[in-house]
Amino acid sequence: MKQAYVELRDINKTFGDFRASDHVSFSIQKGKLIGLLGPSGSGKTTILRILAGLETADSGEIYIDGRKVNNIPASKRGIGFVFQSYALFRYKTVFDNIAFGLKIQKWQKADIKTRVEELIELVGLKGMEKRYPNQLSGGQRQRVAFARALATQPQLLLLDEPFAAIDAKVRTELRSWLRELISTVGITSIFVTHDQDEAIEVADEIIITNHGRIEQIGTPMEIYLKPTNAFTAQFIGRPTIIENISRFRGFEQAPDHLKAVLRPECISVRKKQEKHKKYEASLEEGAVEQVSFRGSDIELKIRVKGSLVTAFRQIGEPEITEGEKVDLFFYRMYVLDGDNAYTITNQALTVEESVYRI
Amino acid sequence: MGSITKTGKKKTKSVIPGFGLSFGITMAILSLVVIIPLCSLIVFSSQLSFHEFIETVTRPRVLSSYRVSILTALAASAVNAVMGLILAWVLVRYDFPGKRIMDGLIELPFALPTAVAGISLTHLTVEDGWVGSFFGKFGIRVAYTKFGIIIALVFIGIPFVVRSVQPVLEKVEKEYEEAASMLGASRFRIFFEVIFPEIFPALIAGFTMAFARSIGEYGSVVFIAGNTPYETEITPLMIMSELQEFDYASATSIALVMLLIAFLILFVNAVIQSYTSKIVSGIE
Repeated sequence: MKQAYVELRDINKTFGDFRASDHVSFSIQKGKLIGLLGPSGSGKTTILRILAGLETADSGEIYIDGRKVNNIPASKRGIGFVFQSYALFRYKTVFDNIAFGLKIQKWQKADIKTRVEELIELVGLKGMEKRYPNQLSGGQRQRVAFARALATQPQLLLLDEPFAAIDAKVRTELRSWLRELISTVGITSIFVTHDQDEAIEVADEIIITNHGRIEQIGTPMEIYLKPTNAFTAQFIGRPTIIENISRFRGFEQAPDHLKAVLRPECISVRKKQEKHKKYEASLEEGAVEQVSFRGSDIELKIRVKGSLVTAFRQIGEPEITEGEKVDLFFYRMYVLDGDNAYTITNQALTVEESVYRI
Repeated sequence: MGSITKTGKKKTKSVIPGFGLSFGITMAILSLVVIIPLCSLIVFSSQLSFHEFIETVTRPRVLSSYRVSILTALAASAVNAVMGLILAWVLVRYDFPGKRIMDGLIELPFALPTAVAGISLTHLTVEDGWVGSFFGKFGIRVAYTKFGIIIALVFIGIPFVVRSVQPVLEKVEKEYEEAASMLGASRFRIFFEVIFPEIFPALIAGFTMAFARSIGEYGSVVFIAGNTPYETEITPLMIMSELQEFDYASATSIALVMLLIAFLILFVNAVIQSYTSKIVSGIE
């Protein structure tokens, strides 16, 4: 196995009574872009700050590139850090902000100029060298913060909620921009976010945190499709919790009184008169209680056997109105078994299809 | 449609009510307390012709009093800027027993009658006083010298610097320092390159206020200064002595010069403040 570039071993950290890190261990390969994802207060920022050296762990070991860095102060770790509020120096111009780290490393004046110009070009802020941070938009400030963190060519880049302070439209642009830029520079990066779309879209690998613990580590697809614990199953996507799943067709084999998470994308909704009904024997009937137009698709709230579930329907498909009776097919559910979770697939999909097809 | 158009003719009222009343009160107070007394200065001094005016305000003794006043005020304010910054730093950044009491003591020079301060400082710094005898060993005289004036002015001016810097220092985001240290900056560098620019406008404001106050200070200085002509006579003392001779025109003439100096100081401060706030607010 390849040697890990960043490794945390059994990190613990408490603030008073609050456990911010609870036996946190993970390792990261060189060149990866990692998303630390969790609700607020889940300890994701603490992990980032401990890695940076801005916070000291109560116990545990931190290794960067095979070297233990516990006792190395933040200023000597050589890590790039982008703060949530960017923390640009207000009284310095864009140029001086980016040059700050280089001046500390005592670069030659001409070299600083070349390097800063190169970075300004890279982040697309040409012509803004002489501006002050407050003369820039949120997105531009973020680019400056990014350039400043990259100036000294660190091997590791940490980003704390990098898109939180930017409005939605620009945020999606910046996401793909950052993704591209990081792969161009080829720097190992870890970013913190509470936005799962962001983590799933940007990260190579996601680390899910909750109550100071690491819940699951995996690629976005693994996290999304194969949650291994109850927290992840309920955190990702748009979950609806269903009680006693064995009462639904296709899930009769499940033990009694089992709770599960049902996500909209695991539900197929058909109008009563729609033809080519696959898996006819496993359909459930539901009554549509609410139809809301969401722009890219339509969200339906459907009451089925006493439970209210959420499903999506494409815009082009035949229209469904409130109060209408529809057929539902559940592809899979994520069973919550204590702290663990596992996937259970509709029997109609696993058992030979011919039995159910009419 | 009709509901939005009808407002054109009526004067648009400010969202915050009470502008007329509060502005009226502001103007009344400002006129009564500041503008009218200052105008009377000009009226009184206009009893002299321009030539007489120039002659009055450029008498050698008056000229040297300007020098004494300005130099001691400058020195005291410079000392205050440094000491006040350190005091504010200690009060904001550290926790220690008695911090609250120390914080409260800062305002004492405001509360104490300045004459009381002057008398007690003089008592301490005369040759057989506690402080005076210590300096005496090194052949330094404190009371009845410019050094003594500076000490009195430091006492008077310190709250201005502390109280302007303190709230600003409290608001300096920790993230600036963290960002600088992530970029490899030493603590020394963080202070001078990151924190200092943040508090610089407040420091300048505190400095100019202390300076403006010092240059007009009378009560605490007259006792410790000794008032030797050409040596330790301050300008406010010159005004007082003119008043004692009932020469109001001369007194107000000298006062007018002091007023100009005060305006100049405040103007310089305003220029610096507007320059720095332009950077922070981002408005060109």
